[in-house]
Amino acid sequence: MPKPIALTLPLAKDDLATLRSGDEVRLTGTLYTMRDAGHARCLEYLREHGELPFGLAGQTLFYAGPTPPTPTQPFGSIGPTTASRMDFATPELMRAGIVATIGKGKRADEVRDACVEVGGVYFAAVGGIAALLAERVKTSELVAWEDLGTEALRRIEVEGFPAYVEIDTQGNRLYR
Amino acid sequence: MEPHTNALTPSLVGRAVYSAVRECGCTLRSDCLDATQRAYDAALAADPGSREASVLRDIVHNAEIGRNEHLPICQDTGSVWVCLELGEQNALPANVFAEVDQAVAAAYVDGRMRMSIVKDALFDRANTNANTPAFTEVRIVPGRECRLHVMLKGGGSDNASRLVMLPPSAGAEGIKRELVACVREKAANACPPLLIGVGVGATFDKVAGLAKRALLRPVGSPAHDEAHAAFERELLDAANATGIGPGALGGAVTALAVHLETAPCHIAALPLAINMGCCAMRSVTIELIDANGDVLHDPAAQTWQHIHQ
Repeated sequence: MPKPIALTLPLAKDDLATLRSGDEVRLTGTLYTMRDAGHARCLEYLREHGELPFGLAGQTLFYAGPTPPTPTQPFGSIGPTTASRMDFATPELMRAGIVATIGKGKRADEVRDACVEVGGVYFAAVGGIAALLAERVKTSELVAWEDLGTEALRRIEVEGFPAYVEIDTQGNRLYR
Repeated sequence: MEPHTNALTPSLVGRAVYSAVRECGCTLRSDCLDATQRAYDAALAADPGSREASVLRDIVHNAEIGRNEHLPICQDTGSVWVCLELGEQNALPANVFAEVDQAVAAAYVDGRMRMSIVKDALFDRANTNANTPAFTEVRIVPGRECRLHVMLKGGGSDNASRLVMLPPSAGAEGIKRELVACVREKAANACPPLLIGVGVGATFDKVAGLAKRALLRPVGSPAHDEAHAAFERELLDAANATGIGPGALGGAVTALAVHLETAPCHIAALPLAINMGCCAMRSVTIELIDANGDVLHDPAAQTWQHIHQ
């Protein structure tokens, strides 16, 4: 296997275009955690205001609901949740400016089409290694929707976060 | 028979549930860890640079971090399933499941675990902020023995499960076809390598319980007869022939084991349930009362006492 590709977040369009399905990457920079309930709220805001809330344009979403902080870490554990549950919103959010998403499992064809259309990607992370992944998260800050608990919108800083390109900007896929 | 006081108290059950939840949250089941380690050794021998070897190494490493740092091994600390196996000579103590819910809530707060339960599935999806209610059941078993099974079940793997009412003519081939279809469609969502529980028989409502209880059996433990054991091996080979692999990133080990539990059923029926268990299987069984009716151990001493907060 070739060495993982180091990428800086937010992701540049040029970097995204060079990625190919199957590439292993290490992400460093800012991610936003959002999952089921957050997607419903984000989509509602987008449809009402015509743009993404909270400066999300150009950013990468991590489908994750972490455990609470420990004395030394922003989260005890954090890992990807099933991405297909966000398929209902992802194409619209990508057209409005989300450039990449991180989750686990297969996406709908509509998500692949959106990746091709806007030059975005879907990264697969490994589920079931969340204590290990939490060590790659350096800071976390609540952005909105505190009432959603673990599903709140959070801005997190990651360092060397491991993932694989599942859908690339040409629409290729990794999963069988 | 000698008159006896009922040794099974709500407090005993509550303390057992508390310690079981704390233990489960940060501990990969030892049989699953051993099986993952064996799969890692095999992947390493086949190709040390493979994605399969890398993912399996991370799962083993993650389990070590969970155990050593007392951190949840998965951010989805699950819904709590509690099965009380009650010897028929014991009485079920009053309010025992209220005590169970209190124990679950305390364990989730103290263990810094994720609250993942909403009040109502349909019209009130507000978080209960206590990870309660636990999903509980009582099984009456012969004699005086009592034991408690506790499983923390992740949402992703439960969502990847299915229940099908097959026609009897579908037979073993039909069951295999459904299992392979389920693995192909859903394994990537369920965090492989999987432990797959298969229930066959009983009725619509009972067959899912068979599949769930199949997950309690230690990985690699043989089924109760040779025909069942042979079919388990056939189903495991079929699941692994998909090549989906650890992390769904390709490889030989999509499932560590397939466990089959069967039951009588109606002449018209062949109920089938497939319950997916993820690579972070978390369950524990605690013996509460022995065949003489004596309380075996303080449950907290069995599991949790060695871990300091």
